[in-house]
Amino acid sequence: MKRLISMAIAILAVVLGLAAWSNHLQQTQGATGDNTLNLYNWGDYIDPALITKFEKQTGYHVNVETFDSNEAMYTKIQQGGTSYDLAVPSEYMIEKMKKANMLIPLDKSKLTGMNNFGKSFLNQPFDPGNKYSIPYFWGTLGIIYNDKFVKPGAIQHWDDLWSPKYRNDIMLVDSARDILGFSLVSLGKSMNTTDAPTLQAAKAKLDQLSPNVKAVVADEIKMYMADNEAAIAVDWSGEASEMMSNNSHLHYVVPSEGSNLWFDNLVIPKTAKHFKAIYAFLNFMNNPKNAAQNTDYVGYATPNDKAKALLPKSVRNDKQFYPLQSVVDKSEVYKDLAPKTVGLYNDLFLEFKMFRN
Amino acid sequence: MAKKSSGTNALFYTPYVLWLGLFVIAPLALIVYQSFFDISGHLTLANYQTYFSSGTYILMTVNSVWYAFIITVVTLLISYPAAYVLHYAKHKQLWLLLIILPTWINLLLKAYAFIGIFSQDGGVNTFLGFFGIAPQQFLFTDFSFIFVAAYIEIPFMILPIFNGIEELDESFVNASRDLGATGWQTFTKVILPLTMSGVKAGVQAVFIPSLSLFMLTRLIGGNRVITLGTAIEEHFLVTMNWGMGSTIGVVLIVAMVIIMFLTGERKKRGSLR
Amino acid sequence: MKTRKWGSLYLVLVFIILYVPIIYLIAYSFSAGDTMANFHGFTWRHYADLFADTRMIQIVIDTLLLALLSSLIATMIGTLGALGIHRTSRPVVKNTILSLNNILMVSPDVIIGASFLIFYTALKIPLGFGSVLLSHIAFSIPIVVLMVLPKLQEMRQTMLDAARDLGSSNAQVLSRVIMPFIAPGILSGFFMAFTYSLDDFAVTFFVTGNGFQTLAVEIYARARQGINLEINALSGVMFVFALLLVVGYYFIQQGSARRKASHKAESEAKLNEAAH
Repeated sequence: MKRLISMAIAILAVVLGLAAWSNHLQQTQGATGDNTLNLYNWGDYIDPALITKFEKQTGYHVNVETFDSNEAMYTKIQQGGTSYDLAVPSEYMIEKMKKANMLIPLDKSKLTGMNNFGKSFLNQPFDPGNKYSIPYFWGTLGIIYNDKFVKPGAIQHWDDLWSPKYRNDIMLVDSARDILGFSLVSLGKSMNTTDAPTLQAAKAKLDQLSPNVKAVVADEIKMYMADNEAAIAVDWSGEASEMMSNNSHLHYVVPSEGSNLWFDNLVIPKTAKHFKAIYAFLNFMNNPKNAAQNTDYVGYATPNDKAKALLPKSVRNDKQFYPLQSVVDKSEVYKDLAPKTVGLYNDLFLEFKMFRN
Repeated sequence: MAKKSSGTNALFYTPYVLWLGLFVIAPLALIVYQSFFDISGHLTLANYQTYFSSGTYILMTVNSVWYAFIITVVTLLISYPAAYVLHYAKHKQLWLLLIILPTWINLLLKAYAFIGIFSQDGGVNTFLGFFGIAPQQFLFTDFSFIFVAAYIEIPFMILPIFNGIEELDESFVNASRDLGATGWQTFTKVILPLTMSGVKAGVQAVFIPSLSLFMLTRLIGGNRVITLGTAIEEHFLVTMNWGMGSTIGVVLIVAMVIIMFLTGERKKRGSLR
Repeated sequence: MKTRKWGSLYLVLVFIILYVPIIYLIAYSFSAGDTMANFHGFTWRHYADLFADTRMIQIVIDTLLLALLSSLIATMIGTLGALGIHRTSRPVVKNTILSLNNILMVSPDVIIGASFLIFYTALKIPLGFGSVLLSHIAFSIPIVVLMVLPKLQEMRQTMLDAARDLGSSNAQVLSRVIMPFIAPGILSGFFMAFTYSLDDFAVTFFVTGNGFQTLAVEIYARARQGINLEINALSGVMFVFALLLVVGYYFIQQGSARRKASHKAESEAKLNEAAH
């Protein structure tokens, strides 16, 4: 008994020591409460050097926390027990959060640099007049191929994926709307289709793709592609740019018949508290020089036209990531669909995955 | 006297019962409650109807049980002899601690290590390359999925079996040998039956989590096998269909309770007397 | 004798399998490259990165703190619970409580996490260190009960009766007889609770809020970009630390056990001498 008690006391002492150390570290990092900014972002979606620069310039301390899906972020903010000041949802999620009254409108009088953005990135249907959101990055859904296994130019259209040449060669990103979406496009339908028979048809077409599908995975796709584990992948442009920086054999194609156009925008969730820091940060990020630096680090396409002008020519003119206007025009932005339709997309996708063998 | 002991009983029980109420019964009730709502928030039995009438979920259940069964058998076959040998080893407590140690390394990291080992130009294929039979496809196959899952579960199987063997009275084994039984007879007639409780505990500790594996099914299995755990994770984290996720959860929990009831009943009664 | 040799060989093989991925992880922490694909020559760079990364160090400390504190509290509550269950004589009550106890053991982590999240939302408990600590205590308690209870059941009633006959009060019986007897069970309960807490990803992922991250959640977030070798370096450090701790603990315990044994033998010898 005595030994058990002394053990418990020893453990408590260690816990206290660790708590003191942790507290000390927190203070050396500059977090004291009021001068902080809680940024809720996707993993590795901002240049850490920019954060340091912002902290030095303004004296605010930035806490970056990360989420891995729009839905996870939504759940956490909705729960109310958190105090995030800024978040970076995708377009359909902005619509959903707006409907759920989870966003605080932007005070335009405190914002600078809003005219740095390209016209086509503002005033989108998911947020008319940019009442709630500022564009952060944008991109497309497309096909990545490895020129060791696939002849350059052999893949131009979604339909090319169905070719029997690519048996067991394709990796798909684990996302119901994107995968059913490209099947819909290949049938000449809208990516925002809500009607059940059309969706069934898209699923039936996907079933025929099964023999070509090697795996349905998520973020790991980047690592697999960089390691030559598969010849072809369907993924987002941002992920593609990262793979390509690790493996020079990889190329990215946006099929000319159109694809999905996505936006990740900065919003102020209803849990926000530090408004001074929020606007300081938004204006800091709107600055073309900072935005260009961030683009260079993250590797996605920037909606900030003045920042784009600062990028090297090879990046600026890269048709893979800044596709022709004609392709952009044909592409669709996801709408926030009714829960029932979202459910149908997910059920069909689950069935596709289940009966893949 | 009786009064006094019931008083101390209450003292013992208070924090524990509080825990039972707040963190077991309340969340369980919430899950059951959730399972009666569909994705649009209407009160309905539709989730259960979907589960039991659509082929998808039935097949998923069958698949999960089948893979969990294989994983358990593989783990058991590897772990029993290991626990047995361990019992006779010098410094056995130290070895036991060393078997637990790998579980302290994050699961995701171990999974990534296995991806490296099994990939096209990874360790195993480099090795096979010396014999000219590389590259083989290992990732996204049943083999790699079962292997990695079994790898993760081995420590949780060895521990209870080892404890079971430790409790074994050595004199039974000696007696059996003295009576002229062969090694195999001693094993099947004496050692195995007497260590059965440890095996049962190990099987429970492995089979049940294997039913609800997720993450590994995607990372190593490439979503070729969809288990109930994967579906639950997806319904809660991706599709936000908490009702359906809860329904699968309820079915799973009921199934587990039944399994435990069937495997644990006799032993519990025995120990009560 | 021959079978024993084969046995040892088999055990070594199992150990090799158990440790291969870990050695693989640690080996790459010395690779000059940036991914776990090909080895690029030796460097300490990732270790330097690690020790310069205050955020990472803070998360490691917080994770350890959480694991120690939650398993300590869970061990206390669980042990009390096991004592309570053991004293209950009505089989119906006992079985019901045991079944309830096991529900958390058998529920998938995702379900536990989700239900706790709903629960905290309903009670307006803010997400952060507190909610994570509560959750870790909650899912560790049943394993402690399951580790302590068998020890209690092994205990012979005659032993307790003897202690009572010798005039010990209930409290004395508890502290002098029962507790020492079940101490190994309590220790392994603590050990398992600690393991569960360190290992947990899903529950923490659901119930954590801003200002608090555990290692598993952070690794998951970072892994989105492909594993950074700094994390391999961290696994290396933690692994060596744990190894030293385990081996050190074992030999200290062995040492004290031997001292006790020799002490006992000595006093017995003295007694014998005195008797002559």
